[in-house]
Amino acid sequence: MSAMPEISYNFAYLDEQTKRMIRRAILKAIAIPGYQVPFAAREMPMPYGWGTGGVQVTAAVLGPDDVLKVIDQGADDTTNAVAIRGFFEKTAGVATTTATTEASIIQTRHRIPETALTENQILVYQVPIPEPLRFLEPRETETRQLHALAEYGLMHVKLYEDIARHGHIATTYAYPVEVAGRYVMDPSPIPKFDNPKMDDCPALQLFGAGREKRIYAIPPYTSVRSLDFEDHPFKVQRFAKPCALCAATGVYLDEVILDDRGGRMFVCSDTDFCNDRQEQGHRGEMAAPAGEAA
Amino acid sequence: MQTQELARGFADPVLEAQGVFRAAMWALSRPGQPQELTVDLVPPAPLSPEAAALALALCDYETPVFLDAALAAERAVADFLRFHTGAPITEDPGEARFAIIASPMELRGFSAFAQGSPDFPDASTTLILQVAGFADHGFMLEGPGIKGRIGFGATPLPGDFPAWMAANRALFPRGIDLLLAGAGQVAGLPRSVAIKGA
Repeated sequence: MSAMPEISYNFAYLDEQTKRMIRRAILKAIAIPGYQVPFAAREMPMPYGWGTGGVQVTAAVLGPDDVLKVIDQGADDTTNAVAIRGFFEKTAGVATTTATTEASIIQTRHRIPETALTENQILVYQVPIPEPLRFLEPRETETRQLHALAEYGLMHVKLYEDIARHGHIATTYAYPVEVAGRYVMDPSPIPKFDNPKMDDCPALQLFGAGREKRIYAIPPYTSVRSLDFEDHPFKVQRFAKPCALCAATGVYLDEVILDDRGGRMFVCSDTDFCNDRQEQGHRGEMAAPAGEAA
Repeated sequence: MQTQELARGFADPVLEAQGVFRAAMWALSRPGQPQELTVDLVPPAPLSPEAAALALALCDYETPVFLDAALAAERAVADFLRFHTGAPITEDPGEARFAIIASPMELRGFSAFAQGSPDFPDASTTLILQVAGFADHGFMLEGPGIKGRIGFGATPLPGDFPAWMAANRALFPRGIDLLLAGAGQVAGLPRSVAIKGA
């Protein structure tokens, strides 16, 4: 037998039959890009909403040579990310990293890293509600049929109502996409800023929804188009100022409240990307001067 | 009573199954680009080591397995698969989740296998085809997972194979998916792939 971690769980926690079931779902998901494959999600030692779907997909895919990175809203150091990283260190004994470029599997909650992904990487998304039509049509039997018929008029009506009410498409996250010209898919609650990164991405993208028991996938180099209208083309968020710590532009920024008098700063949501830039000497307007500890 | 020694399965079921699955996963993610498949199995002939590894990694009591005539003729093959995977062996290709084809030249098309339904296109058969080797020419492939287009070939494949693939693509999102295994490699041809001439 190969080296097992000290705690007597099976490698990567899940039993082998569960892994096979998830693996079969992943293979079908890859063969039908954007289609939600039902799977028998197990209860995990963490509550629903904390990434049970992503964790199960990662556990089924993970091997002893993998290097795992886990991010929560772009950050490597938040509770969810730290807990899941620790979970796999304990149950699978795999190496972990915070560097996007060193990771072979990246499990993510609600962000795609700023650093471009490569062909040998797997991005695993944690998905709360996989059905893009769910808030428009609550019945599973109906949404299933709408997907079968590729009847997505409802979604366009929703986006149109945005325009009628707000003058522009006001959906800013979980922005619906059409995958490989067929299925409309929920990209999980990533900001729409990240949607263009999904298109023609060299990495394999896997999506796991634990409570809703669905797995779906986007193979590498697959067209992912954000839904829009000819006269209201899809646009991503823009930020007025660069990152206050690393001065990066063209990246997704988080707003950080500094005091109770309206003080605020905008910083990179991708902590690994931001730290890298600061180490390279980039300084934003609120960064500590070079040489001083942050 | 005569007893025959049963060929052994994976030496390390957990990690070998993971390795084989990863090869199959990348094979379907990169259609027509054979992936390395390291196998240390000596299954009963005519079941090939590569096909046996895929079956051991992916099949269990939930997945009825169909065997083609060449494999069904050897009782040891069904015994081997039943013992190591627990999968029921079915004679009805329409209810098979996996079908193992040792003689691709004897294949008469894909239509007898489960195609999935419009509501559940994932409920279709995955065919594991035993081949002797792969080539980077034969026909051109396009589709998800392929940057631009690539050449792909495998031997032996029946002459009607491209026509069956085109008919399978026309059914999308329904349709069967193929894993071609042989020569220490596995290549995937998911239903999403389009064959564009020779």
